[in-house]
Amino acid sequence: MSTSYQPDDSLDSSAEFTDNVESRETLGKVFEVLFLLGLLIGLFVLALLLFDIFRDGLGRFLSPGFLTETPSRFPDQGGIRPAIISSVLLGSVVILVTVPIGVGAALYLEEYAPKAWWTAIIEINISNLAGVPSIVYGLLGLGVFNYLLGFGPALISGALTLSLLSLPVIIVAAREAIRAVPDSLRNASYGLGVTKWKTISSHVLPYAVPGILTGVIISVSRAIGDAASLIVVGAVGFLTFNPGLFQRFMALPIQIYSYITRPEPGFASAAAATIIALLILILLLNGIAIYIRQRFSIS
Amino acid sequence: MTYSNSRNQSDSAIIDQDESVFNVEGVKVFYGGFMALLDVYLKIPDKQIIAFIGPSGCGKSTLLRCFNRMNDLIPGAKVEGRLNYRDRNIYDPKINSVKLRRQVGMVFQRPNPFPKSIYENIAFSPRANGYKGNIDELVEDSLRRAAIWNEVKDKLKEKGTALSGGQQQRLCIARAIAMKPDVLLMDEPCSALDPISSRQVEELCLELKQQYTIIMVTHNMQQASRVADFTAFFNTEIDEYGKRRGKLVEFNPTPQMFSYPQTKEAEDYISGRFG
Repeated sequence: MSTSYQPDDSLDSSAEFTDNVESRETLGKVFEVLFLLGLLIGLFVLALLLFDIFRDGLGRFLSPGFLTETPSRFPDQGGIRPAIISSVLLGSVVILVTVPIGVGAALYLEEYAPKAWWTAIIEINISNLAGVPSIVYGLLGLGVFNYLLGFGPALISGALTLSLLSLPVIIVAAREAIRAVPDSLRNASYGLGVTKWKTISSHVLPYAVPGILTGVIISVSRAIGDAASLIVVGAVGFLTFNPGLFQRFMALPIQIYSYITRPEPGFASAAAATIIALLILILLLNGIAIYIRQRFSIS
Repeated sequence: MTYSNSRNQSDSAIIDQDESVFNVEGVKVFYGGFMALLDVYLKIPDKQIIAFIGPSGCGKSTLLRCFNRMNDLIPGAKVEGRLNYRDRNIYDPKINSVKLRRQVGMVFQRPNPFPKSIYENIAFSPRANGYKGNIDELVEDSLRRAAIWNEVKDKLKEKGTALSGGQQQRLCIARAIAMKPDVLLMDEPCSALDPISSRQVEELCLELKQQYTIIMVTHNMQQASRVADFTAFFNTEIDEYGKRRGKLVEFNPTPQMFSYPQTKEAEDYISGRFG
């Protein structure tokens, strides 16, 4: 940092330029501070949230049996095991369903489909679907999976509904990632007499994996944290057995909702403890994705 | 081989139809309905280096990309006319462009090694095409022919993208050679390289023409005069819609092209009065 604040005019150019470099640099500083402020506000709110949740819930979270027992009607007894199992199952099914379908759809749109008006319309529609509220997907799932396909209010209905919710985001992210693969790579492969599928599977997809995974994390995290669509599909707030694919189910967000609607004060800390469990689950998911991304990353 | 040797050879070279690798018979190229290249008639002689020169937009790269049907990959591109590769029209719908590209390899303007190991860069395509021989030997042989073996033999597991630009380009040439092609297409192979690396690539080309026919697009006229046995000069013209399109103006042995060009346009371009 300079010790003297006297402007140094030894390098001032001719009269053809208004040489107020110092004041223009000050403007840059002002914006830097504004942007930092934006970051700090975001971080502060997040820290406050985490602090509040951990203060309320950490004790209950660490109490014996909270993660391994079924819920109880007493606030300081029982646990959230059925909700954890439900959420893990939901997340797994969502990943298994959406990744192949989403990446496949993105590959078709980017690598195979002609650039025509109808592909443009599809593109706009998919982006729009990414913004549709989850409760709308819940109604769709209720109609299609519960009634039309006859699954009823089972875990599979919830999982498929969450898959629908996740698909648009995954498709959009995968398309971006595939589009970012340089054409020189495709040309190099085609120029050597390699087929289109081999070019895509050996060069395009590996190059796009980090970007695709980012989309998968974002959208699956959103799905795991979603409550509205699951309530519509028929998730329950109280479950005393480990749910299977075709059984009644709950989920961590539903468990949280169920706890906070109870009047007894102890349930507030149980809800906070469940939020901690949900955060850890999402963190684990991110960790796995980051690990895979590191392994695939191309530098 | 020295530079002067190659030139003496080309002095006596005669274009013989039976020895031509490619016979271009009235090829036109359209991009999105507009003609980009006017009827080209051209015979590419075997085991020679042919340089395509001309100003930007003259269609020389466009024609180059016809020889291995890379234009197929550009949406809206259309090729008309006959382009015979050893007496087969490669624009015949029955021709499989993947098989054609195994015979007619390509080296691009910017070195584009795969972001994989040096070894994998070479081994990928032979493996994908079910090469029956020993891949290790093929990798070493290709790298030796591309005059890069001594520089990379101790780091075959390192990424090809970590090499210098000139090394990357020679790696790309080695990768193309590994497919044992008949022809090598080079689209301005030295334009992204420094003079020393360019020189190495040029020397490599002179070495490689013993076995391969090389067609090279270049903006560097000294390069064309140094390495090419034949030179094709392309130019642009304005069509009736006011659009620019390319055409082949003159095709001759390189010494003749640079000393006694037959056309005014080529003479103007080569002597620097144009472009």
